[in-house]
Amino acid sequence: MRLLSHDHPGHWLLAALLAALLLALAFAPFLLPGTKALAVAARILIFIVLAASYDLLLGYTGIVSFAQTSFFGLGAYGVAIALSGGGGWLALILGAAAGIAVSVALALAMALLSLRVRAIFFSMITLALARFTQVLASEWRGLTGGEDGLTFSVPRLIAPGFHPFVAPVLGLRISGPVIAYYLIFAVTLASFLVLLRIVNSPFGRVLQAIRENPFRAEALGYQTIFHRALASALAAGFAALAGAMMAMQLRYTNPDTTLSFSLMIDILLMVVIGGMGTLYGAAIGATVMVLAQYYLQPGLAALAAAARGIVLAPALLDPGRWLLWLGLIFVLVVTFFPAGIAGSLRARANASARPPIA
Amino acid sequence: MTPISRQSRDPLPYLVLPALMALALAAMKFSAWLTLTVAGLAVGCMLFLAAIGLTLIFGLMDVLNFAHGGFVTLGAFIAVAVLTALPIAGGGVAAALGVVALALAAAAAAGGGLGLVFERLLIRRVAGAPLRQILVTVGGGIILQQVMIVLFGAEPLALPRPEALRGGFIIAGAALERYRLMVCLLGLLVYAATHLALNRTRLGLLIRASVENREMVEALGFRAERLFRLVFAAGTALAALGGVVWALYAGMVTADLGADIIILIFIVVIIGGLGSVSGCFLAALLLGLANNYVGFLAPKLALGTDIALMLAVLLWRPRGLLPMDGA
Repeated sequence: MRLLSHDHPGHWLLAALLAALLLALAFAPFLLPGTKALAVAARILIFIVLAASYDLLLGYTGIVSFAQTSFFGLGAYGVAIALSGGGGWLALILGAAAGIAVSVALALAMALLSLRVRAIFFSMITLALARFTQVLASEWRGLTGGEDGLTFSVPRLIAPGFHPFVAPVLGLRISGPVIAYYLIFAVTLASFLVLLRIVNSPFGRVLQAIRENPFRAEALGYQTIFHRALASALAAGFAALAGAMMAMQLRYTNPDTTLSFSLMIDILLMVVIGGMGTLYGAAIGATVMVLAQYYLQPGLAALAAAARGIVLAPALLDPGRWLLWLGLIFVLVVTFFPAGIAGSLRARANASARPPIA
Repeated sequence: MTPISRQSRDPLPYLVLPALMALALAAMKFSAWLTLTVAGLAVGCMLFLAAIGLTLIFGLMDVLNFAHGGFVTLGAFIAVAVLTALPIAGGGVAAALGVVALALAAAAAAGGGLGLVFERLLIRRVAGAPLRQILVTVGGGIILQQVMIVLFGAEPLALPRPEALRGGFIIAGAALERYRLMVCLLGLLVYAATHLALNRTRLGLLIRASVENREMVEALGFRAERLFRLVFAAGTALAALGGVVWALYAGMVTADLGADIIILIFIVVIIGGLGSVSGCFLAALLLGLANNYVGFLAPKLALGTDIALMLAVLLWRPRGLLPMDGA
């Protein structure tokens, strides 16, 4: 329980869901063999870190940022640029570290500049920054490879052709990607526990106080700018870490997979559906969204084909209109279930407890 | 919040614009400067038309509408619809202006109407929760954009400008486009109208009073809520108006128009000072001019001009050039 920083899921169903998720992710390569299943599971892990880092900002501090993808992209491009020149583990680690360092510095600078004024400026400026990094990554071909992005090879231990054992282990032939998966799993688990520790520390309490009432927090003597800036720097660092893992797992990086605005919408949805201000919600939301993307989006195409002949229906159900449905779900959740899955379950378990976001 | 009329009387921000123009004049020939300046002012006026609704809604209702870009796109598509429905090949200036005026009116009506629906369905439900308000407008903006793709398709639609509004004339060696001059006039007109409506009419007085003290206005028997709804509809109508002007300028419309220009709109609104009408106008002109000058003198730097300008202004005046409360 100390591992969870004494922040229990709260509701038995939430606890069961999380335990099932942990077990499923821990044994995913053995339970669901095949490259696609492994890619989906790794994506879930990476997005758990990304969504949890964003929850630190949105759910705990009450800041809306649209630049989380920029930091995610910085981490991914850090690894991509370092590895596209060849090199092994050292390049990988240095690239990830550089991506994280630049992200943290950028987030600090932006926060100190804009949070000084009004939290709402911050949202607008982050949107501009997100756009700027996206354009920069597409235009600066010499460094980033432009729209095509960068393809590179990873260290041999986690490369696809590597097989350490001749015989299968528990019916699975261990390969480089499986080792990479467990590396990602370990980093995700550690990051999540560290984030849980952060939000339950005195620092985390201050963040929540700022979210509830910035003026009162300030009147109590807390430097709200300092706390907000530190929160956004931490969030940026973890987002960059997630981006580095993404690059390592995909072995390529381009603007579309790391910097697009629809990715930002995905992150927002993960945190909002899962439940703002409960890191567990971010984990649930990330899982739900990634599964939906991989297994529901193709279903939309089938529906569109079935609805041929009805006015507008095929256009509405076109897989390209995926964002339309996400937008609708997003608005409905924000309007009617602002506490999300985790928040609603917690509120039910503890009727006296208020939902995290009123 | 203090009334809009009590704006900063500090002259310094007003000097930025002439200073920028003088600086540019020193760096290039006069004819080039004149061309760039008129063109930049026109772009500034278009930016102003697209941005003024956002700053009004924020200043008067304290709602930051992230779906604003969607309303700009709506106006652009309405322009395409009107101009394709009424082809005026070879018509005179009057006919061209008439069709454009019709497109502007149709866009304003559609934008305002949809704005009322938007306010009713989304904004009102989350009143008093700023965080959820931002999220809801973001979601609403996505829905708006996607519905427009469903209705108008994802492919770019061509929008040829009426014959009479193409081309231009040459004064003192500088090429001046007709359409740009028209846009400058329209921008000035809307600026003057907004300013007068807020400061010189009874309705404007009531709106400003509601911002200042809503309970008191309601106690006097006026429905402040209706006034705010009116402001929201006016803001989205102005956004659609801006969309028409942009569409005619670009000659092509896609559903991404709003998303592409919303960043510029935000920068204008931040530089000007959130909620300030004059600030919005000043900032839009500044951005339009700076973009044109930099694009001519150092094209490679054009990409970062807007952001650099925003950072510079924020470092100098953290609340924007002409903040509403004159601080």
